[in-house]
Formats: sequence, C-alpha cells, structure tokens
Amino acid sequence: MSTTRPIATTRSATGIPTGKLAVWWVIVSEIVIFGGLLASYVMHRIGHPEWAEYASHTNTWFGGANTFVLLTSSLFAVLAHHAAEHGDGKKAAKWLLGTCAGGLTFLCIKAVEWTGEIQHGYTITANGFWHFYYTAAGLHALHVIAGCIIMLIIARQAWKGEELHRVELIGIYWHFVDIVWIFLFPLLYIAK
Amino acid sequence: MAEAGTVETHGAHTHDAHHEQSFWSKYIFSTDHKMIAMQYMLTGMAMALIGGFMSYAFRMQLAFPGETVPGYGLVSQGEYNALVTNHGTIMIFWVAMPVLIAAFGNFLIPLMIGADDMVFPRINRLSFQIFLLSAIILIVSFFVPGGGFGGAWTAYPPLSSTAEYSLTPLGSTLWLVAVALEFVAFLLGGINFITTLMNARAPGMKMHDIPMVLWMIVIASILFMASVGPLIAGAVMLFMDQVVGTGFYDPGRGGDPILWQHLFWFFGHPEVYVVFLPAMGIVADIICTFSRKKLFNYKLILYTVFATAIISFFVWAHHQFVAGIDPRMANVFTITTLIISIPIAEMMFLYIATLYGGSIRLTTPMLWALAFIAEFLIGGITGIFLGASGSDIYFHDTYFVLAHFHYTFFPIAVIGFFAGITYWFPKMFGRMMNPILGKIHFWGTIVSFNCIFIPLFVLGIAGQHRRIYDYQNFPDLALAGLQDLRVFATAALLVMLAFQAIFLFNFVYSIFKGKPAGKNPWKSNTLEWTTESPPPHGNWPELPNCYRGPYEYSVPGREEDYWPQDVPPDTAAAE
Repeated sequence: MSTTRPIATTRSATGIPTGKLAVWWVIVSEIVIFGGLLASYVMHRIGHPEWAEYASHTNTWFGGANTFVLLTSSLFAVLAHHAAEHGDGKKAAKWLLGTCAGGLTFLCIKAVEWTGEIQHGYTITANGFWHFYYTAAGLHALHVIAGCIIMLIIARQAWKGEELHRVELIGIYWHFVDIVWIFLFPLLYIAK
Repeated sequence: MAEAGTVETHGAHTHDAHHEQSFWSKYIFSTDHKMIAMQYMLTGMAMALIGGFMSYAFRMQLAFPGETVPGYGLVSQGEYNALVTNHGTIMIFWVAMPVLIAAFGNFLIPLMIGADDMVFPRINRLSFQIFLLSAIILIVSFFVPGGGFGGAWTAYPPLSSTAEYSLTPLGSTLWLVAVALEFVAFLLGGINFITTLMNARAPGMKMHDIPMVLWMIVIASILFMASVGPLIAGAVMLFMDQVVGTGFYDPGRGGDPILWQHLFWFFGHPEVYVVFLPAMGIVADIICTFSRKKLFNYKLILYTVFATAIISFFVWAHHQFVAGIDPRMANVFTITTLIISIPIAEMMFLYIATLYGGSIRLTTPMLWALAFIAEFLIGGITGIFLGASGSDIYFHDTYFVLAHFHYTFFPIAVIGFFAGITYWFPKMFGRMMNPILGKIHFWGTIVSFNCIFIPLFVLGIAGQHRRIYDYQNFPDLALAGLQDLRVFATAALLVMLAFQAIFLFNFVYSIFKGKPAGKNPWKSNTLEWTTESPPPHGNWPELPNCYRGPYEYSVPGREEDYWPQDVPPDTAAAE
C-alpha cells in the first residue's frame, strides 16, 4: 500500500501544519452542530418555564463527577502532548491511554445515571426537556466514543514512535469535546 | 514557506507514476483528485438525468392530468408528491453540489494552485464513497414499501416527522439519512478544499494570485460548513421524531414545528450562495479568458463575495413570512434580504465591466458564461418581489416562487456546469468538444429554458399554487388559458430534455474522437493550462512556481495577449 504523501500535504503556505489546520476546521463544523442544537434547546427552555421542574430531576452530582472526570482526562491529553513534544512516544502513548480511560469512566457514569433515570420513567419520549437531555448528551457521548477510538489508534502509533504530531491533534479535539460538556453541564443540570 | 520551493521538485510522486495501477485502484478506489472529480461529475450527471426524468413525469401530469405518461405510467397523487420532492432534493444536493463544488473543486484546486494532489487524498476518496452511498440510499428510498418521501424538499414537520401524515414511514427516514450522509461527505470534502487552498499553494502564489473560481469554491465550502451544523442538529431531532418517537417538532407535546423551518433555512439560504458562488467563479475565469481582459477589480469582487457570504446568514426567515412569524421580525428580514442584492448586483456590474472593451470571443463556454449573467439577473430581480414581506404574502408558494428559484438554480446548476465543462473539457480529457454541436445545444437549451419558466411566472401571478396534483379540481385555475400555458411549459421541457441528447453525444464522442487539445487551447493564464492535457498522475513532472496574478491578459508591451502565471518575469521587458 502506498504511504507516500503528496507534496501538497507537506506544504504550509500559512505556516500552520496542514493536519492542525484541518482539525480546527473540523471543530468549526462541530461548533455549529452543537451550537444549533443548544440554541434550539435554550429557545425552548425560555419558552417553557415548566421545564425547570423536569430539569430538577437530573442529578447534579453525577454531572459534576463527569465534569471532573473529563477535565482530568483533558489534563492527561496535555501531558501526552508534552511527552510527544519531547519525542517520548511511549510516555505519550501511556498518557493517551489515561485520557481514554477518562473517556470510558465518563461513559460508565453516564450509563449508570441514565439507567436510573429511565427506571424512574424519565425516558427520551417523556417530554421536551428529556428529548433534549438525551439527544444532546447522546450526541456528545458519540463524540467521546469516537475520540476514544481515534486516541487508541494514535496511542498505538505513538508507542512505535510514529506520527507523534498526531498526539497534539487528538488533544485539540479532546479539549473541544470537553468544552461541549462544559456547556451541557450547566444547561442540562445546573439550570433548574 | 520559503524553503518549500527548494525541496519539492522531484521525488515523492514518481514512484506512483511508474507502476501500472489495476482497474480498481485506478478508477474505483483512486485517491487521485482528478479521478475523484470525474467520479463526482459522472455521478452528478447521472443524478441529473434521474432528476430531469422526474420533472418530465410530473410536468406531464400537470399538462395532461390523469393520463398515462409515456415511459413512466400513471402518476398517482402520492407519487406526484414524491417526484416533486425528490426532483428538488436531487437537483440541489446530488447535482448542483457534487458537480459545481466537488467535481470542479477537486479537479481545479490542486491544478490551479500548482500542487500534485489535495492535502488529504484518502479523506477525499472517503468523501466520494459516502456521497455515492447517500445517492444509492436516496434512490433505494423510492422502492421501499410506501414509496419515496413526498413532503417537499424542505421537509417541514409535522408532515415529515410522523408516518401518519407522510404515509411514507421508510421513505422519509431513508430520505433524511441520505441527506445527512451527503452533508457528511461535503463536510469532509470542504475541510480538504479549505486546507488545500490555505496551505498547498505553489511557491510565490499570494492571496490575490489565486484564481477567482478557487476563492469562490472555498468560500462556498466555508459557508456550507458554517451553515449546515444547525440543520444537522435539526436532522438528528427529526430522525429522533421519526424513529424514536420524540416530539421535538410536535406542538402537542411541547415541541415546535417552526423550529425546523428556522434550522432548515438557516442552512437553506446560505446554501443558495454555496452553489451560486462556484458558478459565479467559473464564469469569472471564462469571461476573462474570452474577453482577453484582466478581471475588473479583483479585490472588489472578492469583497463582494465576503459580503454576500456574511449577509447570507441574516436572511433566512424570508422563507417564513407566512409561517406566522412576528411581522416586526419579517421587516428586519425584508431589509437584510434587499441588502444582499447589493453585493450580488455589484458583482454583476464588475463582470460586465470586465467585458467592456474586451476582444470578446463567442466560444461555447463564453456563450454559457454570458447566458449565466443574463438569466441569473432575471432570477435576482424577481427575487425582490419575494424578499419584500408584503408582496411575498401574495406570491408565497405560487409558481412565481418556483419560476424565480429556477431562474437562479438553473443558471447555477445547469448553465454554470455547461460553462465549466465546455471550458475545462480539453484539460480533463485532452480533446476539444465540437463547437458547432456545442452551440446548437446552447441555443436549444437556453431558448427552451425560458419557454418553460416565463409561462410559470405568469401562472404564479395568476395565483397558481405549487404542490397541486391536478388543477382541474380548482375552477379558478382550470381555465383554458392557464391550462394552455401549462401545456406550453411542458412542451418546452420536452424540447429542452431532447437537446441534452446532443450534449451527451458531443461529450462522449469528443472524449474519444475530439480534436487533440494540446496544453493550452484557450491561451489562458492559470496554472492548470501549463501541464499536459489530461494531466498525468502527480500533475506536473516538476511542480510550477507562480509569479503573477491569474488575469494578466493583453498586458501592454507584450507580444502575446496572455502571460501565464508560471512564466518567470522577463527582466528586459520590465525595464
């Protein structure tokens, strides 16, 4: 299989590496997706004061714990980037596995939380608030899952000392996933 | 960066050029930008035939209601809705976008900036594969139980969100999935286009040396990327409504159907400019080449493009004037809508100024480019009546609207495509198209196009509503005079479709038997004309450098009336 990159990929007229530029554009496209969803939610929330009552059934402790887990995993992503910058692929791979573990912990907490809520009858079809609650958090969780999968691939490459610049790229993406949660947490849990 | 020029002349791509590629890796799973462009173009053309056939079926039903349509059969009410819906969906998402942005973007961006490929060739291939999958899903949606989705290409809920109303439980979900996948394909392609233009330009190519068509394709990609997000979110919600049973758009359960309209048109109106800008860019390059003149005020055109792109985010609610929105909000959107016509009009004037005093050559691509300006102008001017909220209340959802947006989309998708394909055909296939057949096809298409849609303006002013299966049930609209206009429009459509056979013949014949084109048949300046036709894998043996802007035609004091971008400055002439 051909692995030779075209010359185009190695050029950098802006001075920003091509890969990093692409990740930023991916994030731009993601911002408007979550932006559209959250703006719709906020407009509905303003129009429906009774949703505050539904929102009071969310568990802030679960949400808070998940915020802490995600922020910690982002710290690991920074440490992985630090190791990669010093050329230490094995250390970077270990930190990336730590980040990934954070993502999995987040998903586990989410699973426990949702199971309890569904058992209490707060399913996705219950009412408008729960539509948004599960759809927004679910879309975010899909991004966590995708991030974890990509991170494992990059960790494997970093372990072999290949493509170390990708450690930074997945880090940028992971921070974005983190920031989306920073918006979701107050909107879905704290605002009651 | 400066060092790039020294290291990149020989090397990486020679190894690909030497070994024979198998059929599969050359044509089906290629990562070469030119092959992916061809895949997009041929898929788009095939979809255009399907979309054209649909318009044939429903126009025949309107002209001869209840009669069997030759080649299709009897059009039932449900099928009529599905045909109209999917005609619109296909022509915008599976014809205009793949042909204008993906095909010309993929073909032209690396060639015009002097690169050997896109920066992410494999993402490029993935983009096409997802696109092809989406096209297949859309076609499959026609043959599932219940038939294809019939809730109009705008898919307003609750018609689209509940099977009880749409009567197409599977068709509407497949339609939605196909559209969402198509968006994913274009997001991947767009990221590739933007990063390639930003980073992979030839040494020496500054911002204002980029050919206008590339600026327009890339700004269109950014515009698409920035506007489609809310609709993707909206599509996720609609999908949940259809499949899971949520009530995002169900007013009975705390939802809001107008929310979809906002999300859809927040994307839908910029989308007009997403396809408009590439066509406008194609026209810019063509009129410069064939009037042998510099583009009149390159920078001002660029600023009008930026202005159009930005203002296009503030006009969406003009599609919702009768949807019960606050009249004060309607006023705001009336003003923004009328404002957006200023940069567009300015662009038109700048193009006409480019033509003024040039030595104009009426080749086939030039005819198409001039027709684009003329026909789009009609589309733009009739838009004024619809942008003003007062008159829109009368015109809304009539054939006036329909004729208006066909006067914008037809020049964009069809005239823009024919302009581009007749202009770059020699570069794509190494041979010239037949100019006589090209001109016959041009006049046949343009005249019959106007004969289709001018009657529809008249019908719209007479109050003929869109989305009606059989006007004979409405005494006011069943008048003989109006029915004659419908028959006339349908007859013109048949003529126009027949003329496309000439193009298809010319296209296929010229690929194999056309006159060899040579490197630069039009004596054009931009970098794609400096390589072989068709360009080899890797595009150039040695990648070119760029020394000047793309439109240095008829420069005083030079022997030839063009000055290619890759020719080093002639120091003697400069003194």
